[in-house]
Amino acid sequence: MSSATLTETPQQAERAETIYEKSVPGRRAAQLPPSGVGETPIEELIPAGLLRETPAELPEVSEPEIIRHYNRLSRRNFDLDTGFYPLGSCTMKYNPRLNERVAALPGNARLHPAAEPEDAQGALELMYLLQESLGEICGLPHVSLQPSAGSQGELAGLLLTRAYHADRGRNPRKVLTPDTAHGTNPASVTMAGYEVVKVATNEDGGVDIDDLRSKVDEDVACLMLTNPNTLGVFDSNIVEIAGLVHDAGGLLYYDGANLNAIMGQARPGDMGFDIVHVNLHKSFSQPHGGGGPGAGPIAVSDRVEPFIPRPQVVRVADGEGGWKYDLDEDRPKSIGRMRGFQGNFGVFVRSYAYILSLGGDGLSEASRLAVLNANYLKQRLSEGRAGKYLPVGFDRHCMHEFVLSGAPMKKQLGIRTLDLAKRLLDFGFHPPTVYFPLLVDEALMVEPVETESKEVLDSFADAIEKILEEAERDPAIATEAPYTTPVRRLDEVAASRNPVIRQPKPE
Amino acid sequence: MSEPSYPEDLRYHPEHDWARIDGGEATLGITWYAQDALGEVVFYDGPEVGAEVSKDQPYAEVESVKAVSDVIAPLSGEVIAVNESLADAPEAVNADPYETGWMVKIRLSEPSEVDSLLDSASYAASLE
Repeated sequence: MSSATLTETPQQAERAETIYEKSVPGRRAAQLPPSGVGETPIEELIPAGLLRETPAELPEVSEPEIIRHYNRLSRRNFDLDTGFYPLGSCTMKYNPRLNERVAALPGNARLHPAAEPEDAQGALELMYLLQESLGEICGLPHVSLQPSAGSQGELAGLLLTRAYHADRGRNPRKVLTPDTAHGTNPASVTMAGYEVVKVATNEDGGVDIDDLRSKVDEDVACLMLTNPNTLGVFDSNIVEIAGLVHDAGGLLYYDGANLNAIMGQARPGDMGFDIVHVNLHKSFSQPHGGGGPGAGPIAVSDRVEPFIPRPQVVRVADGEGGWKYDLDEDRPKSIGRMRGFQGNFGVFVRSYAYILSLGGDGLSEASRLAVLNANYLKQRLSEGRAGKYLPVGFDRHCMHEFVLSGAPMKKQLGIRTLDLAKRLLDFGFHPPTVYFPLLVDEALMVEPVETESKEVLDSFADAIEKILEEAERDPAIATEAPYTTPVRRLDEVAASRNPVIRQPKPE
Repeated sequence: MSEPSYPEDLRYHPEHDWARIDGGEATLGITWYAQDALGEVVFYDGPEVGAEVSKDQPYAEVESVKAVSDVIAPLSGEVIAVNESLADAPEAVNADPYETGWMVKIRLSEPSEVDSLLDSASYAASLE
């Protein structure tokens, strides 16, 4: 197989059209019958200043066109239902269909977001029980479901940190993050008005304790840590780290992105963390990627509890010997709302269904298998050509993910990590995370998750071996990949310099 | 520039920055190794004339398709000139890191700091 014979991509003959290009004036997907009730002119309902002067330019298409358009787009996508998706630090685990069935029940799917608490008792009960479950898993008793993404959980955690210190008459200005931190950590710190101070990594891949000691002082509000970290390494010095920060008056924040490695094995609260965010879309099997709805609930310790967002879902006595559920707005020290309404409820339903269907033992087995799968794949990739060209960044037993360095591959074969990633697409695999964490040169970050079989892991390792063998013969096979995808190599530089983020109006 | 190159008339900082010393002034930029590790640079965000830079501290940011990175000052001083062309053509950092890809020119506030920088051979050896 030479690169010349691979350059044709059949799908490219048909350029994808946007829904706007399919639009024909006057075409409709539905014919609504006349209204059975009297119509009120819109001018009477909405203030004049908020009304459009000209109609919105919406696509006008028939129902079959809509169905075909989106089905066609979905077939151009790569998703978990298509193949292996070992995207490091993203926990792309299988999304059980049972969760979808439960989420689609009319009582869940059709609940109105503005329903009064007395009309939404079942939903509030589910949210309350999810709060209790997450509190148990994290080892921190108070949970707010409001933050709707990991990044928003981080922001909420930093606002809680500020409120906590302000309540004690303090105003520390610095937040420590390790240099292996997810990029959102320093971004959230900056957004919350704090100054980022980076802490170095030691030769085992954990926090450099001496560097930490030199940077912890009374001006430190918080240390944000992911454990296991983005190198897939569990920092066994965590109790000492927590002690150093607490002794100086700071809080400890746990980035729950990698919770999948320790669910049911160890609890952030027991390690000394004060605030945790949990990515329900990662650890608890909500479908994600491509911007699908997520949820980043936070769990906090007793001393942080007075400040959590309001309203909080609470259970109170109903006066008849039972319970009822309510939204508690009476929280005077609260940082306030993080979003409108009560969160992405469908995510709560799926995650709670996942927790109940696995149970405590099942969750703990899931994390054990996630770690086993990662160590098996790491071992497979230490053999053959992968072992020669893609050494492990920090070579010790990993947790749920591991990081390889493509530096020798780049030097000896002339192909970069990006080229390897693109060629993997032709083998039917989503590439791992690339070029992160930054302290590993030409990084390739692999998280296989617990829901993949040994056969899948073996075929992935075989594909990497094959790509490296191709590159020994002809590096162009990788540098010009991919060949079989709906579009070929994208021009990332042009996309960054001149992003076209708005579809030009068709003539 | 596709092959590694570390001109002998420059001095180097371990964070992959170079300085061209000219009396009490110095021109600063990033090394061939740094631009190669970053990949194609798509944005450059640098200081304005009059800003103070401090040795070992960030003074500018470069963004590539891989990452955003701080540019570390090899020496301390006041910015007296900036490379305006990098705003529209940051690719010069990749194409020619030591000439058209220069970033700022400073008036040295601590000329003795120059002694702590590496020469070409020592810097190249540190990359092995």
